[in-house]
Amino acid sequence: MKIVVCIKQVPDTKGGVKFNPDGTLDRGAMLAIMNPDDKAGLEAALRLKDQFGAEVTVLTMGLPKAADVLREAIAMGADKGILVTDRVLGGADTWATSTTIAGALRNLDYDLIITGRQAIDGDTAQVGPQIAEHLGIPVISYAQNIKIEGDKVIVQRQYDDRYHVLEAKMPCLITALSELNEPRYMTPGGIFDACAAEITTWGRADLKDVDDSNLGLSGSPTKIAKASDKVRKGAGEKVVPDSAEDAVAYIVGKFKEKHII
Amino acid sequence: MDFTLSKEHEMARQLFRDFAENEVKPLAQEVDEEERFPRETVEKMAKYGFMGIPVPREYGGQGCDILTYVMCVEELSKVCGTTGVIVSAHTSLCIDPILTYGTEEQKQKYLPDLASGRKVGAFGLTEPGAGTDAQGQQTKAVLDGDEWILNGSKCFITNGKEADVYIVIAVTGTIEKNGRKMKEISSFIVEKGTPGFTFGTKEKKMGIRGSSTYELIFTDCRIPKENILGKQGQGFKIAMHTLDGGRIGIAAQALGIAEGALERTIAYTKERKQFGKSISGFQNTQFQLADMATKVEAAKMMVYKAALKKDEYRSNPKISYSVEAAMAKLYAAEVAMEVTTKAVQLHGGYGYIREYDVERMMRDAKITEIYEGTSEVQRMVISGALLK
Repeated sequence: MKIVVCIKQVPDTKGGVKFNPDGTLDRGAMLAIMNPDDKAGLEAALRLKDQFGAEVTVLTMGLPKAADVLREAIAMGADKGILVTDRVLGGADTWATSTTIAGALRNLDYDLIITGRQAIDGDTAQVGPQIAEHLGIPVISYAQNIKIEGDKVIVQRQYDDRYHVLEAKMPCLITALSELNEPRYMTPGGIFDACAAEITTWGRADLKDVDDSNLGLSGSPTKIAKASDKVRKGAGEKVVPDSAEDAVAYIVGKFKEKHII
Repeated sequence: MDFTLSKEHEMARQLFRDFAENEVKPLAQEVDEEERFPRETVEKMAKYGFMGIPVPREYGGQGCDILTYVMCVEELSKVCGTTGVIVSAHTSLCIDPILTYGTEEQKQKYLPDLASGRKVGAFGLTEPGAGTDAQGQQTKAVLDGDEWILNGSKCFITNGKEADVYIVIAVTGTIEKNGRKMKEISSFIVEKGTPGFTFGTKEKKMGIRGSSTYELIFTDCRIPKENILGKQGQGFKIAMHTLDGGRIGIAAQALGIAEGALERTIAYTKERKQFGKSISGFQNTQFQLADMATKVEAAKMMVYKAALKKDEYRSNPKISYSVEAAMAKLYAAEVAMEVTTKAVQLHGGYGYIREYDVERMMRDAKITEIYEGTSEVQRMVISGALLK
């Protein structure tokens, strides 16, 4: 079985979020980590590898330093890393990103593609399903459990108060939740191997069946007008009702006013 | 000369740091309080290869260098001195002598289980009347046909009852050297469960209280003839060489304890308010922290240098790392004691309370000035090399 896991290098929010004066994220000033949902997806792939002997390829799109997350993935047990990097691909929104990644994936054989549900820096949850659309394969999102039976995958898809069990024929794409599993650590020997491993680097020219008009900043329909830090919530309204009944009536009234009930 | 860590070492440090924070730190207080060997941590470390970091791949190890191993002990010790010494004694005192002096059969037989952490290793040199003075050894080994018969006891043995494979030093006869009669000392590999090999009392210690420290007792304990490690009479050399390597591990433990205490003290002094401001705002605190950090940094340089020297030795056995190891251990241990003592002082009354990590760290630090050669012995090794 061949599995491709799409991973993203994202800023580590543990050390605090830092912004440039123009309100955009200062990525250079923040430590970078593998996106947590993607890491769970990688772990799921590695467990399938342990179970069935799959070949796991990790793929990322980003700046050259994004190769670090590929090396981390290899140190955890992935077999190969592919970095898609090119100046013309910069500034991509989810559409241009998924177009790019699909263009890269068309060069590969795969039975299963796993992506994270969403990246902690953008939180769109759009790229995984869009890749599947571009490639014309089924997608099962929000996976909290993955099983393989013959040429099918059986996935528990998380829902608000329940989960759905879905079955799909491979090849297909699954988006993983960080709750899916507890990702393994790297091993010291794995780190040394990963640093010696050759990372395949692809640019625009290596993307298959994609149009320039769908790539990079110019190919992105989404334009960011402004980015800013979270607006602090106000102090709120303080109310001191005369009785418990008045308090209940007040709260119920507010709920109705805001269409909560 | 380059002080920049390689990509491999940066990644390895991050790995050890994450593991220590997530898996080791939450248990550190409990392990100390209950004097409990953290078996579950050893199993996790085994799973991720921490029990065989500098062991070649052909023997089931990770195939990494000594610096990577040292960083592992350092990061573990930052949060738990007990866990640091478990890895150090296992790797430096049991695996290393088998790797250096073992026959191919011994390496094939013992290293895969030790390097994978399926088995834990220990080293028995110290006796009630013989520590660094190996000539004071009383434990005897007598060859009887195809077996050695061991009689005697070893004390203060780290990983004592929890280990499976032991390197044991014993007297195998007498030799004449420069007209003087001396004990002939040899080393052996002894497996747990061998009839005649039992354990004495568990030591109740001041620090590293989760480490299993026991007396080993040998009563007509018969081991196969082929379990002699190295040549007959080579035991003293093997023991001293093993301790050279062990000292780098203990120096890394001491460094980790000092770093851990410094980190906690920096955080505490920023939070703790007296006379209307954080105590980090007082110049006394600032100067103390500056001195602590400077000494920790100097210790780190010495420990890493000793590790690199041992790596050089591994590709060129003519190189000696004995003095670098002694200096690193001497300095790092004394820095650990000084820094943890200051850390407790800067924490004030809270530093004396067990709820705060620095109390444990100060107790853990003390042993680094004692085991695997006291600070006085390190000075003997260093001055001996200077004046020879």
